[in-house]
Amino acid sequence: MPTRTTGETSGSSGVALDIDRRDLAWYVDKAVAGLVFVAGISAIIFIIGIFVFITREGIGFLTSAFDFKEFFGSPAWRPTSERKATYGALALIAGTASVTGLAMIVSVPFSLGAAIFIGEFATGKTREALKILVELLAAIPSVVWGFIGLSIMNPLIIETFDVPIGLNILNSGIILGLMAAPIMTTIAEDALKAVPDSYREAAEALGATRWQVTRRVVIPAAKNGLVAAVLLGVGRGFGETMAVLMASGHSVNMPTSVFDSVRALTATIAAELGETAMGSDHYRALFTLGILLFVVTFVINLTADLVVRGIRKR
Amino acid sequence: MADSGPDTRADVGAPAAATEEGAAVSVAPLAIETREFNLWYGTFQALFDVDLKIKSGIITSMIGPSGCGKSTFLRSCNRINERLGYVRTTGTIDIMGHDVLADDVELLQVRKQIGMVFQRPNPLPLSIRDNVLFGHRIHHAGEKVSKSDEGEIVEKALRDVLLWDEVKDDLGGPATGLPLEAQQKLCIARLLPVKPAILLMDEPCSALDPKGTEAVEELIWELRGDYTILIVTHNMAQARRASDECVFMLLGKVIEHGLTEDVFLSPEDPQTSDYIEGRYG
Repeated sequence: MPTRTTGETSGSSGVALDIDRRDLAWYVDKAVAGLVFVAGISAIIFIIGIFVFITREGIGFLTSAFDFKEFFGSPAWRPTSERKATYGALALIAGTASVTGLAMIVSVPFSLGAAIFIGEFATGKTREALKILVELLAAIPSVVWGFIGLSIMNPLIIETFDVPIGLNILNSGIILGLMAAPIMTTIAEDALKAVPDSYREAAEALGATRWQVTRRVVIPAAKNGLVAAVLLGVGRGFGETMAVLMASGHSVNMPTSVFDSVRALTATIAAELGETAMGSDHYRALFTLGILLFVVTFVINLTADLVVRGIRKR
Repeated sequence: MADSGPDTRADVGAPAAATEEGAAVSVAPLAIETREFNLWYGTFQALFDVDLKIKSGIITSMIGPSGCGKSTFLRSCNRINERLGYVRTTGTIDIMGHDVLADDVELLQVRKQIGMVFQRPNPLPLSIRDNVLFGHRIHHAGEKVSKSDEGEIVEKALRDVLLWDEVKDDLGGPATGLPLEAQQKLCIARLLPVKPAILLMDEPCSALDPKGTEAVEELIWELRGDYTILIVTHNMAQARRASDECVFMLLGKVIEHGLTEDVFLSPEDPQTSDYIEGRYG
């Protein structure tokens, strides 16, 4: 790089000033900026890429064999029927919805309770220890949860409720609820932590007890974040595959009670995709389920995000 | 004080009655009395053997350079300091004759007696009305208070802080949307329905512009007599204008405590005069 001595242009001070000199730090900065830019937009590229891929594989079904009424209105998922294959996803949707719904009933009170305890009541070492434990809980692989559902919950449910099979909505709902709890707890606790401490101080100075502060000040102020936490928990439950596959019984069934076995959308894809001929109607129908899952989780996450942003704007 | 003690205790909720009591035995009743009060944040000692007698019904200002322990002392009186979790104390603080550091003290009752105004206005993220009623509702939890009673409480409190005319048409609006000066007045207003005897003010004007400062100072002066006011300030002109007695602190110790004009005009301790003349701080 040409370096110019600028003695004659630097004015009367007479100090030499290499005004256009680029040192190593400049190049490092540019290189790092480029790298993190690529890393940053890669998330967007991957999401678009996944969506394009799923849509491309599923679109053939959507344009040819897809029957809107059958897909959303019929519980008959018989893709391998020799006489007439039918692709009714209603039972699968109901399966996913019932398991996720029960999971939320189990998970929301636990998670919000845990978040409030960690964020507002626990202090010092208790608080730190609990936070670490909750994060550890989030790291348990889903197949382990599924294993617990199969080998512990299954006999327990059969014995306790005197039902023929323990792999059902109750089992998978509880397992999924426990799986969703750590992430909901963590996000809910972040929402509580974002409430300025001056609010708590003001309320406490007025004589409010810890619970009064929490109920009347902190929870209303953190409302949006808490809603987002629940939504993200729902999204987590919706997309979970392995544990639900193992604990739900995996039988196509319109559920009428929590002791019915059901099959989830995700589990259907996981179990059947390997056995289909690439490009067949069955293969494409599974990708259509994928599109449905993608759209639903996308909407849930987007809503959660918008809800959180709502809190910041105010 | 000692012989009038039991009677005063029965009347802790009514500062006016306490004043009459004091007049009867011709001893000015004490709102706050500390004896050899020491305080540590972890291993750092912030207060050293503080012995203070703060009289009822007057305004006492606390001055001193940053970090001298004024705010710490203030925050010890309603024990809000303990939120930090690593605070340790020795000695006693008596509020209206009660040792508030005793083990069996209900913090809720202590804080009912002692209102606090913070450095930065900190209205709760609720409506103006709910802010004013917050303390009242907490101390009357489980009781039914009619809407019209609540309306009266709100109006009286806001009138007392000279804020009523400004906000009367927007009582349901968010308190955090008010100008800072109005927020600080609101923070004072929400203390009043609880009927505290003592108001602690921790640099209540430091976040305000000169006009806001003037308005809030005027308000503090209005409240004089109805409440015992202990105000921490960095602003010496403010201390001089707006207080009856003045406490000068330095490095966690009380250096001087007397009538404001005495402290400012003829300070006993050379450190006080140094500070007042602006040689440090």
